[in-house]
Amino acid sequence: MNDTPLAVKTVTDLKEHVVEVISDSGEGAQRCGQSLGSIAARMGIGTWTVEIIPAEIRPPARSVAGASGNRVRLGAGRITNGGDLTHLVVAFNEQVLLGRVRDGELAPGCTILLEDLWRSHADPAIARAYAESHGKLVQAGYRVIEIPMARECAAIVKAERGKNMFALGMLCSIYSLELALAREQIALAFGKKAQSIIDTNVKLLDGGYRWAQANLDFKYRIPAERPSEPQIVVNGNTALALGVLASGMEICAMYPITPATSASHYLSDVFEKVGGIVHQAEDEIAACAFAIGASYAGKCAVTITSGPGYSLKQEAIGLAVMSEIPLVVINVQRGGPSTGQPTKAEQGDLMSAIFGSHGDAPKVVMAASTIEDCFYSVITARRIAETFNMVVVVLTDANLATSQQPFPRPQFDPAWMAPPADQSAVPEGLEPYDWDAATGLARRFIPGQPNGMHTVTGLAHDRASQVAYDPQINEESIHFRSLKLAALQRTLLAPPLVGPPEGELLVIGWGSTKGAIEEAAASLRGEGRKVSSMHLRFLQPLPPGIKQAMQGFKRVMTIEGNWSDRPEDQLIDESNRRYSALAMLLRARTLVDVDCWSEVRGQPIKPAAIREVIRRKLACPTQP
Amino acid sequence: MTDTACLLRLYEEKYELEDYQGGVPRWCSGCGDNAILAAVQRLCRDEALRPEKTVFVSGIGCSSRLPHYMSTYGFHGIHGRALPVAEGIRMARPDLHVFVNTGDGDCCSIGAAHWIHALRYNMHMSVFLHDNQIYGLTKKQASPTSPQGTRSNTTPRGAWLQPLNPLSVTLGVQNVSFVAQAVDWMPDVLYDMVRAAFHHPGFSFVRIIQRCPEWLPDQWEPFIKDPKRILRLDQNGHDASNIDRAREIASRSDPIPVGILYRNADVPRYEDLRRSPKLRTPQLVRAGLEAELDKFTVWPEHAR
Repeated sequence: MNDTPLAVKTVTDLKEHVVEVISDSGEGAQRCGQSLGSIAARMGIGTWTVEIIPAEIRPPARSVAGASGNRVRLGAGRITNGGDLTHLVVAFNEQVLLGRVRDGELAPGCTILLEDLWRSHADPAIARAYAESHGKLVQAGYRVIEIPMARECAAIVKAERGKNMFALGMLCSIYSLELALAREQIALAFGKKAQSIIDTNVKLLDGGYRWAQANLDFKYRIPAERPSEPQIVVNGNTALALGVLASGMEICAMYPITPATSASHYLSDVFEKVGGIVHQAEDEIAACAFAIGASYAGKCAVTITSGPGYSLKQEAIGLAVMSEIPLVVINVQRGGPSTGQPTKAEQGDLMSAIFGSHGDAPKVVMAASTIEDCFYSVITARRIAETFNMVVVVLTDANLATSQQPFPRPQFDPAWMAPPADQSAVPEGLEPYDWDAATGLARRFIPGQPNGMHTVTGLAHDRASQVAYDPQINEESIHFRSLKLAALQRTLLAPPLVGPPEGELLVIGWGSTKGAIEEAAASLRGEGRKVSSMHLRFLQPLPPGIKQAMQGFKRVMTIEGNWSDRPEDQLIDESNRRYSALAMLLRARTLVDVDCWSEVRGQPIKPAAIREVIRRKLACPTQP
Repeated sequence: MTDTACLLRLYEEKYELEDYQGGVPRWCSGCGDNAILAAVQRLCRDEALRPEKTVFVSGIGCSSRLPHYMSTYGFHGIHGRALPVAEGIRMARPDLHVFVNTGDGDCCSIGAAHWIHALRYNMHMSVFLHDNQIYGLTKKQASPTSPQGTRSNTTPRGAWLQPLNPLSVTLGVQNVSFVAQAVDWMPDVLYDMVRAAFHHPGFSFVRIIQRCPEWLPDQWEPFIKDPKRILRLDQNGHDASNIDRAREIASRSDPIPVGILYRNADVPRYEDLRRSPKLRTPQLVRAGLEAELDKFTVWPEHAR
C-alpha cells in the first residue's frame, strides 16, 4: 500500500496525549485500545492503559452507561498513571460518548472521531438522537469529526464488523505509529486464530490508516525512545498471576469475584503447565480454608479475592494467625461496603486488612503500587509468610487490576521457589510452638515429620499445641504472635522520599495512587513549591523512618482512595472527623497531626485533582 | 527418634493402640464420641498407619475434639470448615491418610455447603459424622438433625421442623461414592464401617448415630433395647452398588439401617483429575514463566 500522506497536514509534537476508544460491549474497542498501547510501547512511547468497563456483561446497545473500551495515556518517558482528561476519543456511537461527557472525562475541545452511520439510520428515533447529540457536542466546543467507519469497513471486507481494527489504523496514522509494528501486533493478538482472520484484520488496519492519511488534516508525534531492555506489558491482575507462578506456590484457591477473577482466569490457563493448581472452591470461606489446609500440609498457598470475599474469609484468616500457618491472601479492592462498585477502584479495605478478624490477629499487610509491584509483591509475600509463619495480605485494586504499564522483564530467580516441605524427623524434646523470646518466631512441624505429631488448634494453646485456658499461656502466645511483626519490621528499609527532604508539605500515599501523587508533586516542584512524597509498600508493620521523614516538613498529609470526612461539613470538627485509613494509622503511630484528602469516585485519582488539593493546602497556612 | 530409628521402624510396621492415644478424652461418660475414638484408634493400629503420615481434621463441637485425643497429626480448625481444610491437605499431600471428624451442627448446618461440595469433589478421605442430633458443647440447642419436637434451649416447646436426613442428602449428590451408617452402641458394626470407609478409594462418608447422655439421654434407648429396630444391611442382601435402593433405605429411619448403603470405587477423584504428574522443579517453573513472559514482552528491536 501507499503510506505517503495524501492530505496536507501539520504534524504536531506532543509531550503526551490521552486517547479513548469506546463502543458498545462486544464491538472490540478494548482490543483496539490495548493494541494501541502495545504498539506505542513497542515503539518506546510511555503508556498507561486503563479498561473502561460497563457494570453489565451486555448493557443495552447505545446506552449512556454502556461504554466499553480503553483509555490510553501516551507520553514521552515513563508514564506512571492514567493521567487527567481525555484529548481524543474514537466513539462507535454517540450514546456511549455522552456517558463519558457526563462523567467529565473529556478535556475542553477534545477531538471526537465519531461513527456517522447513525445519522442516516432507518430508525428515525436513532437518527434524531444522533443528530441532536452531535449538535450538542459541537456546541459544547468539541472538535467532532464524523467518520463513515462502518461503510469504509464494509468496502474492505464486505461486512460491517472489524471497526475496531479500522480505528486502530486511524490511530496509528494520527499518532505517527509504525504500521509494520501494528501489523505484527495484530498477528500476536490473533495468534491463536486462523491466518485468514489475521489477514482480514490487517486489511482493516491498513484501510483505517489509509483513510486517516487521506482525510484527516492533523497528525501528532510523541517522542519515542526504544527501551534498552525487554519490557513486559500486562495488567495488574496478570502480573499478580505471573507472580503466583514465579513465587514457588503451587496451589491457588479462589471463588469468582470481580475485579479479582481475571487473575485466576489467567492463572487457570497457565498454572498447570508448571505443576500448579487453581481450585475454584464452593465459596470464599472454603477457598481460604482449602489454602490453609494446603499450607498446613507444607505447600504454602494463596487465595485471591476482592472486598466481599475478603470479609467472608475473616474467621479463617484468624485461624491461620492463631495456628501460625503461612498464607497469602490477595485482595483486589473494589468499591464498598457490601456489593458496592464491583468494577470500580477504591482503597477502602486497609483497615479491615490490618484489623480484620476478631481478637488480636496480627498479620502482614502489603500494598502493590505499580503493575510491576503486583508481580514482585506475591513473591515477597510468600517468602514472608513462610519465614514468619504468618498471614500476608497483598492489597491491589481495580485500577491496577485493569491497567497496563510496561515494566522490565523479570529475571527468574530459583530462590523465589519455596523449599520442599521439611520431612525430617523432629529431634526429641522440641515443641511445635517453641516461641523465641526475642522474635516470637517458632518452627513449624509439617505432617509427615516423625516425632512432630501434634494437633494444631484455633483454641488458645501452649507450646505443645495443647489447648490451654491458663491466663499466663494465653497472654504469652498473643505476645509472641505480635512480636513477629516487630521482628519483620526490623528488616524493613525506610521508604524512599521523592523530592527534597525538607519543605512545606509531605504527601504520603499507598497503593495505586503512587504514579498520580508523584507526578502531581513533581509538577508542583516544577512551579517552585516545596512538596515531596513518600509511598508505603508495607502498611503492617509500618516501616521505620516515617516519623523522621515527616520532621523535615511543615505539614504532612495523605492522599487516598477511601472515605474521609470533609472538614467543611457543618457537623464535622476535630472531635468527630473520620480520617482516611492511612492518615489514621500514621496519626496513631507518629503522633503527628497528619491531614488527609480523599476521593471515592470509583475512578483512579487524577494528578490534576491532587495538584489542586495540594495548592489549596499550601494556600491555607492556618491548617495543620 | 532419629531418622535411622524411623527407617527401622518402617520395617517393623507394627503399632500398639498406645501409639495412637493422645490426651485423655474430656467427653462425658457414656458419650458416643468415646466409641468412635476407640474404633478409629483400632483402625490405625490394625492398618499400621504411621502416626506421622496420618491427619485427623475436625471443625468445632464435641466431635471435633477427637484429634486432640489422637497422637497423630491433627487439625482442629473452625466451625463447619473441616472439609475444605482436609481438601487442601489432600490436594497438597497424596501421601497422607486424611480423616475428618465432624458433628451434626458442624457438617449439616454451618458447614452444609462444604459437605455437599466435598461429596462432589470425591477427594480421598474418610469422613465420620458424629450425629448426636443436638449441639453439645454450646449446651443443648436443636441441630438440623434433631427430631421434630426435640426440646432444647432454643426450642423450649419442641423443634418445629422435620429433621434433615444426612443419608438422603448425601445420596442425592452427583459423584457420591461411599455412604454408610453405624450406631455407637454396636462397636463391631462401627469398626467395620470405619474400616470399609478407610479402604474406599475416594470420599467415604459414615454417619454415626451417637448418644448424648447429657442432653438427650434416652433418645436411643428404644433402639438399643429392641434389636429388631436395627436393620443390618450386610445380613439383608443389600446390593451396595444400587443407588436407587440405597436412597430408598436411606429414607427410612426405623428400623435404623446400619452398614454400607452405597459404594462405587470408580468415581474419579478430584485430586487425581487436578494434580499434575509433572515433577515441579525450578527448571519447570522457570521454563513456564519464561514462556508466559515471552507472550507479553516488548523487545528492544522490532522482533527478537
